Amino acid sequence: MGTEKVVLDADGVRRALMRIAHEIVEKNSQGESPALVGIHRRGAPLASRLQRMVGDLLGEEVPLGDLDITFYRDDVSTRPEAPIVNASNLDFAIDGRTVIVVDDVLFTGRTVRAAIEALFDYGRPSRVQLAVLADRGHRELPIRPDYVGKNLPTARSERVNVRVSELDGIDQIAIAIPGRS
Amino acid sequence: MRRLFSAPTPPATILIRGARLLDPRSGVDREGDLLVRAGVIAEIGETGSLEAPADAESVDGSGRHVFAGFVDPHVHLRVPGQEHKEDLHTGTRAAAAGGYCAVVGMPNTDPVVDSTAILGSLRDAALREARVPVGFMAAISPGLAGHGLTEMVELREAGAIGFTDDGRPVVSAGLLRRALQYQRLCGGVLALHEEDPSLSGAGAMHEGAVSALLGIAGIPSVSESTMVARDAALAGHEGGRVHMQHLSAIESVRAVEAAKAAGVAVTAEASPHHLTLIDEDVRGLDTRLKMNPPLRTEVDRTALIEAIRTGVIDCIATDHAPHAREDKDVPFEQAAMGTTGLETAFAALYTHLVLPGLLDLATLVERLAAGALVVDLPVPAISVGEPANLCLVDLAAEWQVGEAGYESRSENCCFAGRQLRGRVLMTLAAGGVAYRERAFAIGVA
Amino acid sequence: MHNLLSIEQLDRDQIERLMDQAARFAEVSDREIKKVPTLRGRLVVNLFYEASTRTRSSFELAAKRLSADVLNFAASGSSVEKGESLKDTIATLGSYEPDALVIRSPHVGAAALVSTWTGVSVINAGDGTHEHPTQALLDVFTLTRRIGRLDGKSIWIVGDVLHSRVARSNILAFTKLGARVTVCGPPTLIPPGIDALGCEVRYDLRDLGGADVIYALRMQNERMREDYVPSVHEYVSCYQINAGRLASHQVLMHPGPVNRGVELSSDVADSPQALITAQVQAGVVVRMAVLYMVLAGARGPAGGATAAGTASATAQLA
Repeated sequence: MGTEKVVLDADGVRRALMRIAHEIVEKNSQGESPALVGIHRRGAPLASRLQRMVGDLLGEEVPLGDLDITFYRDDVSTRPEAPIVNASNLDFAIDGRTVIVVDDVLFTGRTVRAAIEALFDYGRPSRVQLAVLADRGHRELPIRPDYVGKNLPTARSERVNVRVSELDGIDQIAIAIPGRS
Repeated sequence: MRRLFSAPTPPATILIRGARLLDPRSGVDREGDLLVRAGVIAEIGETGSLEAPADAESVDGSGRHVFAGFVDPHVHLRVPGQEHKEDLHTGTRAAAAGGYCAVVGMPNTDPVVDSTAILGSLRDAALREARVPVGFMAAISPGLAGHGLTEMVELREAGAIGFTDDGRPVVSAGLLRRALQYQRLCGGVLALHEEDPSLSGAGAMHEGAVSALLGIAGIPSVSESTMVARDAALAGHEGGRVHMQHLSAIESVRAVEAAKAAGVAVTAEASPHHLTLIDEDVRGLDTRLKMNPPLRTEVDRTALIEAIRTGVIDCIATDHAPHAREDKDVPFEQAAMGTTGLETAFAALYTHLVLPGLLDLATLVERLAAGALVVDLPVPAISVGEPANLCLVDLAAEWQVGEAGYESRSENCCFAGRQLRGRVLMTLAAGGVAYRERAFAIGVA
Repeated sequence: MHNLLSIEQLDRDQIERLMDQAARFAEVSDREIKKVPTLRGRLVVNLFYEASTRTRSSFELAAKRLSADVLNFAASGSSVEKGESLKDTIATLGSYEPDALVIRSPHVGAAALVSTWTGVSVINAGDGTHEHPTQALLDVFTLTRRIGRLDGKSIWIVGDVLHSRVARSNILAFTKLGARVTVCGPPTLIPPGIDALGCEVRYDLRDLGGADVIYALRMQNERMREDYVPSVHEYVSCYQINAGRLASHQVLMHPGPVNRGVELSSDVADSPQALITAQVQAGVVVRMAVLYMVLAGARGPAGGATAAGTASATAQLA
């Protein structure tokens, strides 16, 4: 099989999130605090960490939610089986708020498109921003992130593996090169 | 009085060489040559000992069996009125393909065979079209309605071989009693479909664990056995002669056993499907397995097999019931009841009863021919001087039911798709060749 | 899961997965916009041979909330009344290229039979007296939300079990989830052999106090005319669930519609112990879960013919 190259270690992840949190506070200094909504699976724990960081910087509670976007995917009818759906939790009103969608990796943009559509079925946010831990390029839709932890140029065939301690025991971004044999 | 009718066939002259000849009733169980001359069994001898006459067909019988032809006292030929399901030609072809040399047709047709006019036209049709001799039962009650008797004497004089309201039971004990009394005048067996409609209701399968799971209304065994007991008692009381059709339940077997022990003139039949299939087989709701009476449990099946073995049940009867595709290609509860059976009777019973050792071959072939006794016909025999009523069978041949189509016009065979052993290669009925299996080549020896 | 024909075909795992999916759809139903675009462009045809506004509208709403298109085909006033066979009707409907057929029929095995005639997904909305799988699923969903896991719980199903497809499906579903089921009713209305499904049989309510859940079945007036029970009065006296029989720790269910004063007394039907309204509400989300499980996934007969490599597409669609 192929090999893996770690491009961001635990310390790098922490610093990237910290920088994103500061940028969020800078860009949202006026009015109501923004809300954070993480996209399953790994966007959710990342959003949770950002909630604490941004909350500390602002000195107030920042609303947090998470979304499973399976129902909004555009590839439902081409998958072999009905994908299992995880719980979504969005208990606060998003009308008139700035909502920051959080995901681990930004790639084609389709997941974010689905997340925005899902979000709009919950209400009408005044603004939607996007925060991602890594941007690996190869966009297929006109989606651009507002906050990026690390830019990662990759080849299409490479796999980007994000690991978060809440789910995988370790914080790390690694690139897997497909094996040649 | 002639009671069997068929189209004339040229009397056969055939020499069968070196076959296993088996006819327990005649005490025949040997290997040998058998010569049929002009439709009559002329000689039986050691293998290779007989000379073929100049005009004889020669048949290689080595590795094959010759049995006395089978007789089915219970088939539905669907004529008049339902020729889209079967007619006298296709029905008798199916019979011959199964080794049968005579069959008895039931009167639940459209119109019902309850008058000499209808019986007469049937008789004439058989004389033109039937490939094996056919006897016709007439109805006990006009229109099978269960009220009043048909003109039983006239019907007997017109050739009716017996009487039955089959398809339906004779619900009124009073009516059956009258028929039994009248029987003393007109003769002819009363064949009885035993079912209490107030117990069978809208049932579509055996009432038991399987029907409980499927939620299908069930037909309890007592629907049949109570009527068997009742009618046997009536027959005993009136000194009449009855034949219990298509028995399916152990309780019915006990009732027949008791009646015979008490000296009642009662005979009974069982079908190949009741001897080989059970209600568990119906779980998939295959409508080819929907019959009346229904397939019951393994306990019932075992009792039927035992009764065939001992003779409490006298004969095999197929209750051959052809149905059109649209009558079976519907939800189970709506489907017509019945299965075809003539072409598969021997093979199904040989494969599922004889091969596993549940019944010996001699008993099987004896019971397949014994239907003749029920309707007062001479039993086919392998004996010099007898008309040639026999079938040549390859016991080793394996075949898949339905693969090559059916002789019957209908396809609703409960054994469809199954691999069976035992193939009828040729059937002689009333002295003529009624059937040759397609791939079976006849050469000059 | 290409078809949903019966509870019998499902194992415990599949039932629990359906329950999880239904919970997700319950979340959707709690939002203001109760729709998701998942089945957009799919066509669901409701073929109802028995009059049923409840179940049919429940399926219709479920399909619409998944953004699917719906076509309703009722027996009365249609070609069916003119004698068209079920097989021909299915062939005609096939020309609309449905993705799913939801079928309710008065005949046992109708849905299974239809599934042999067509590659379209078939959902059994009730086949005669055989099964009503989506009813059992919504009953399980409602019950587990109220009392948690069913393992070891005692559930009594009271009434006309003989004619009840709901009873059959529920006996199977509750048993598969570990509950102990007892059926109770007049001896004439309990099918002999029903214990083969794994339940106990009682003919009186003496031990009803030991039940955690009481599931009452409709008692139809026809049964009185058909000699199954002598009178409503006697049925009520022996089997009605009323305040005197319903213990405070017990939960009450009913598939609806309720014959007030017959199988249930009015006060008991309206009590907080009754889950009847919750059952109806559960109907839509459970049917959404069923439609989702059956239809989300590749189009085509077995839902399995897909381009190579879609399995690995999970992460790559980010």
